[in-house]
Amino acid sequence: MPVIDLMSGFVAELRRAGLPVSLTENLDAMEAIKVIPIEDRDAFKYALGATLVKNSSHWRVFETIFEVYFSLRGSQYNIVDPSDDQADEFWRDEQDQAQQGQGEGRGAGGGGLEALTPEELANMLMRALMQGDQAMMRALARQSVARFAGMEPGRPVGGTYYLYRTLRNLDLDNMLAKLLEANKQTTQRETTNLEQRLTKDEYESRIEQFKKEVEAEIRRRLVADRGAEAMAKTLRKPLPEDVEFMHASREEMQSLKKALFPLTRKLAAKLARKRRHGRKGPLDFRNTVRHSLSYGGVPAEPKFKYPRPAKPELMVVADISGSVAAFARFTLMLVYAIQSQFSKVRSFVFIDGLDEVTRYFKATEDIQEAIHKVNTEADVVWVDGHSDYGHAFEVFWERYGKDINPKTTVLLLGDARNNYHASQSWVVKEMRKRARRVYWLNPEPRSYWNTGDSIVGEYGGHTDGVYECRNLRQLEGFVEKLV
Amino acid sequence: MPSARGEGVSLSSLAAMSSDFLSVTQVRDGLKKVNYLADDGIAGVVYLAQRLGKPVLIEGPAGTGKTQLAKSVAELTGARLIRLQCYEGLDESKALYEWNYKKQLLRIQSDKKSDTWSDVHDDIFSDEFLLTRPLLEAISAPDPVVLLIDEVDRVEVETEALLLEVLSEYQVSIPELGTITAKQIPMVFLTSNNTRELSEALKRRCLYLHVDYPDMDREKEIVLAKVPDISVNLADQIARIVRSIRQLDLKKAPSVSETLDWARTLILLGVDHIDAQQAKETLHVLLKYQTDIAKAAKELSVDE
Repeated sequence: MPVIDLMSGFVAELRRAGLPVSLTENLDAMEAIKVIPIEDRDAFKYALGATLVKNSSHWRVFETIFEVYFSLRGSQYNIVDPSDDQADEFWRDEQDQAQQGQGEGRGAGGGGLEALTPEELANMLMRALMQGDQAMMRALARQSVARFAGMEPGRPVGGTYYLYRTLRNLDLDNMLAKLLEANKQTTQRETTNLEQRLTKDEYESRIEQFKKEVEAEIRRRLVADRGAEAMAKTLRKPLPEDVEFMHASREEMQSLKKALFPLTRKLAAKLARKRRHGRKGPLDFRNTVRHSLSYGGVPAEPKFKYPRPAKPELMVVADISGSVAAFARFTLMLVYAIQSQFSKVRSFVFIDGLDEVTRYFKATEDIQEAIHKVNTEADVVWVDGHSDYGHAFEVFWERYGKDINPKTTVLLLGDARNNYHASQSWVVKEMRKRARRVYWLNPEPRSYWNTGDSIVGEYGGHTDGVYECRNLRQLEGFVEKLV
Repeated sequence: MPSARGEGVSLSSLAAMSSDFLSVTQVRDGLKKVNYLADDGIAGVVYLAQRLGKPVLIEGPAGTGKTQLAKSVAELTGARLIRLQCYEGLDESKALYEWNYKKQLLRIQSDKKSDTWSDVHDDIFSDEFLLTRPLLEAISAPDPVVLLIDEVDRVEVETEALLLEVLSEYQVSIPELGTITAKQIPMVFLTSNNTRELSEALKRRCLYLHVDYPDMDREKEIVLAKVPDISVNLADQIARIVRSIRQLDLKKAPSVSETLDWARTLILLGVDHIDAQQAKETLHVLLKYQTDIAKAAKELSVDE
């Protein structure tokens, strides 16, 4: 296939995955690969990366698509793999050393890795991991996939399924413990905690690397089976800022957390800038006269009264029941990370009972720890631990309603799925009378609102606005508007 | 004209500059010679930047060697480094050019009688009265230069637009003089700490390079290269501890420069094998927040 067709398919896939690739960038990429020796796969990848991806959080998506598109195309794109011969040879050496006593010697011969029993394979993997032997790990990853994944051509199953099957058979979870145990025996002396910790981290990173090898191998085989276009579609992952809070997997949660920190920094910088560069106010007479002294009484430099918008006070009232907990957690993290932009932040969480959690955030500088405490220690269950917005709001109004003042902005977080309890929406109405603004943030897609037991419409009518906050992008947009 | 003052050296480096980089490997080896250990990505982008004549936008956490890369490339190519440090409120007169008003005034006053109006007018808007600022200087330099625009995310979005003409066309338009085009295309590096999203227009004109914390092996090599008299064993231990610390959930992960500081501290203290106690006592070199230090100390000394 000519390079140009390949490239346009690749770029089209990048765009489908949500990367904003412009026409000029596409042209730059074409220009770049002209000066890159095409057989150098790494250089080729970095050339495409440097011209097409302009945001570091998009790099992983780019990498996946790159693997899919350029892993199996023609000989010139072929992966420089340690050929299986080499691995076999390695294996034979190992075999010689390990089993000479048993007289088996080189009996396996050409069979190589295929001839191993599962136990032997596990042992070899352990040895490779102990020694951090890259080539061996790669060869073993291939072998494990061939053996355990049970891949059948044309079967419409996603890569994760095969990954799960392979890893389950290898029992990697116990591998770490085994490695540590083996390490303890070989060193044969008291190790300090620090050393243990370092060894553990080392093994963890090697196992992680092995997993990646397995994943890559599965992907290669799937692409060979179904073709790049189809594969790219099944592997397409949302960008971190587009991951939905309510359906994020554990891995996605991690990437979300990582994306959150730079986001808060950006947001804080942006907001601070906005505050400083307000529009010009009326002439500040006193200040102008004072400065005129340095010009001999000539008011050469007029001074203005810059408006200083008051920082809002914030009250966050969040539902932390199972379905929306992740959303509440992220919103609280975001709010506390930029709390310098508010004059005061108070937070409350509820399920069917309600508790103020501001103290947890005050007690420590570590937001993660505070969130953890909120989840474990806050007293939020009243009867049965199913969301009851009505009761929670009532309690809120009774205990804290008087603290709402015209400077306060109230944020209500939740999906408003009230399990058919009484709504008590009068509380929201009263809040709005007292507060500067009342907003409702709903992590559900708009189309689900007011279906089933969701009564967001009833509450929403009394607020200044209901916003859909399914992902980080929408949440960021809202917070920016808020300040 | 060769003279005794070692002009031969600068001439030979000039020659090195005029020849393009031939391959990515050459770039990487060259950078290594000037004590900058680049990985494949970094070397690849520098190579491309020179071959395509495009600016490079370098993003990444603080202290990972973004600015150093530009300096090292300048050293490698024997080019002069021109640096524009960005800050809020940077404007045309600080970044591009400015007319030297005082000198213009003097010129007008010096001989009032002899000149006609048009003579004076043409004269005071000539090169002599132009103060070049970094961007214009880089464009008009006759010798090879590397232009470093540091922390470009500090300027306002509007000011970014100033850079666009320089970056894409390598030219500066001065209304009174016309357009000044570059005599040679300088290598341009922009660094950003990512405190705000740069405009699409700027990103589109640049090659993008994200410099992250190095992996363990590379960090070890960096320590070995940058800290004299360090033993391989200690460097290895340092790199491993730093990797473990970076995996923790910290406010500010240790940067490469902090790793180097730590290595130097340990050398000064005469340590050649780190134990938990020494690690704990010197953690403040590596981490700058009390909560981070407490957390790291706890994680490193307590077994799981």
